[in-house]
Amino acid sequence: MSTPLIVSDVAKTFTMHLQGGVLLPVVRRVSFKLQAGECAVLGGPSGAGKSSILKMLYGNYAVDEGSMVIRHKGIAVDIAAASPRTVLAVRRETIGYVSQFLRVVPRVSALDVVAEPLISRGSDVHEARERASTLLARLNLPERLWSLPPATFSGGEQQRVNIARGFITDHPVLLLDEPTASLDARNREVVIGMIAEKKRAGAALLGIFHDADVRDAVADRIIDVTAFSPEREAA
Amino acid sequence: MTADIDDVAPLLTVQGLSKLYGARIGCAEISFDLWPGEVLAIVGESGSGKTTLLNCLSTRLSPSSGTVSYRMRDGAFRNVYDLSEAERRLLMRTDWGFVHQNPADGLRMTVSAGANVGERLMAVGERHYGDIRGKATDWLGRVEIAADRIDDQPRAFSGGMRQRLQIARNLVTHPRLVFMDEPTGGLDVSVQARLLDLLCGLVDELGLSAIVVTHDLAVARLISHRMMVMKDGHVIEHGLTDRVLDDPRAPYTQLLVSSILQV
Repeated sequence: MSTPLIVSDVAKTFTMHLQGGVLLPVVRRVSFKLQAGECAVLGGPSGAGKSSILKMLYGNYAVDEGSMVIRHKGIAVDIAAASPRTVLAVRRETIGYVSQFLRVVPRVSALDVVAEPLISRGSDVHEARERASTLLARLNLPERLWSLPPATFSGGEQQRVNIARGFITDHPVLLLDEPTASLDARNREVVIGMIAEKKRAGAALLGIFHDADVRDAVADRIIDVTAFSPEREAA
Repeated sequence: MTADIDDVAPLLTVQGLSKLYGARIGCAEISFDLWPGEVLAIVGESGSGKTTLLNCLSTRLSPSSGTVSYRMRDGAFRNVYDLSEAERRLLMRTDWGFVHQNPADGLRMTVSAGANVGERLMAVGERHYGDIRGKATDWLGRVEIAADRIDDQPRAFSGGMRQRLQIARNLVTHPRLVFMDEPTGGLDVSVQARLLDLLCGLVDELGLSAIVVTHDLAVARLISHRMMVMKDGHVIEHGLTDRVLDDPRAPYTQLLVSSILQV
């Protein structure tokens, strides 16, 4: 099996300039690999740095030390050192992200929010909307909501829009930040099924799941984030 | 591995750009590249130099030193300050756009909406009245101004409509680079959202490059790919927009981000 992502010796510390320059170490010596076709789950209590690791991989957080090498169109790209333009290209083609919250332009319809990642990669608009409809239907989002902007949707509805948007492309690496947190049992099952399909299609998934049922259903292995805790350094 | 993954040339290359007002710094030692299809936000508080920088980039203000190289349609890079006055005017009227915060600065308030859009077309040599009117109508539609308002003067338009008209006037010649100075400033929040949505759609659809000055970080988040933070005339932080806003590094950027009111 191929290895689309290799994380080596990554460290991250926040410097809080507004609090007198207090240093807030988050993680250190983060090292793991992700194989194609597996779903690895970041485990550990709140505050252990799970989300920070995902945000570094997606380029939202800067990386202080180490490397995060992702295979992008056959080329090894170190996200930790990549230019903004490279990060954007990697996001468009290689690394997808389902965040906990949806951040979109106010007036855009749910259907277009979901179709957008495909359209931005050059897909035909009608085909992209068609696939978006299929996903939203599968996630049981009522059809009368599709043409509405998601801003007024409930948490669970927004999250399903977010999931559909993240799953619509065939990115080789997919990051999942608690995608099932506000879903009911029926829709959690749908997401579990979608994750299994992604794995079969050869995607590498890295997720955070606080819901033990979902975690047990999707995880091939758990990466214990407490092993990367900065406090252990002193001990 | 830090190299870029394709070899597309930048559209704009800025090196060591400074503007001094006597001994006072307007902006100092600004260098960056802008690529095709990229939207760069320049943020910072009033007086930080962002509008000075924008004006120096768009040749509306002469810098004290530094170069602004633009890749012309023939592929050659030219320092925009080495262009002849005629070449520079042509560039401003065709390949570039400038959206002012106050639409009255970018529109002719006493000629019709249609003429405001058509004027830019005539500047690039279009002469056929029917074609010009047709394109103007099309563009008014794209910025959501009803066709039956084409003969009205912008004086009779609301602030949001004026701003949309200014955008149509700028984009009708299919520019490759658009400068925007607080394009959503001074508008009601609901009007802002509509304008923002429209702008994002057009930027995507036309593959525009844009440099947008704004003090509104939420606007910058939605519209821009990259961000430069300015303070006292200097760029103190720049990077991917998400990174600058989610993980601000400079003390001033942290202050700026932490000052956003949550709703």
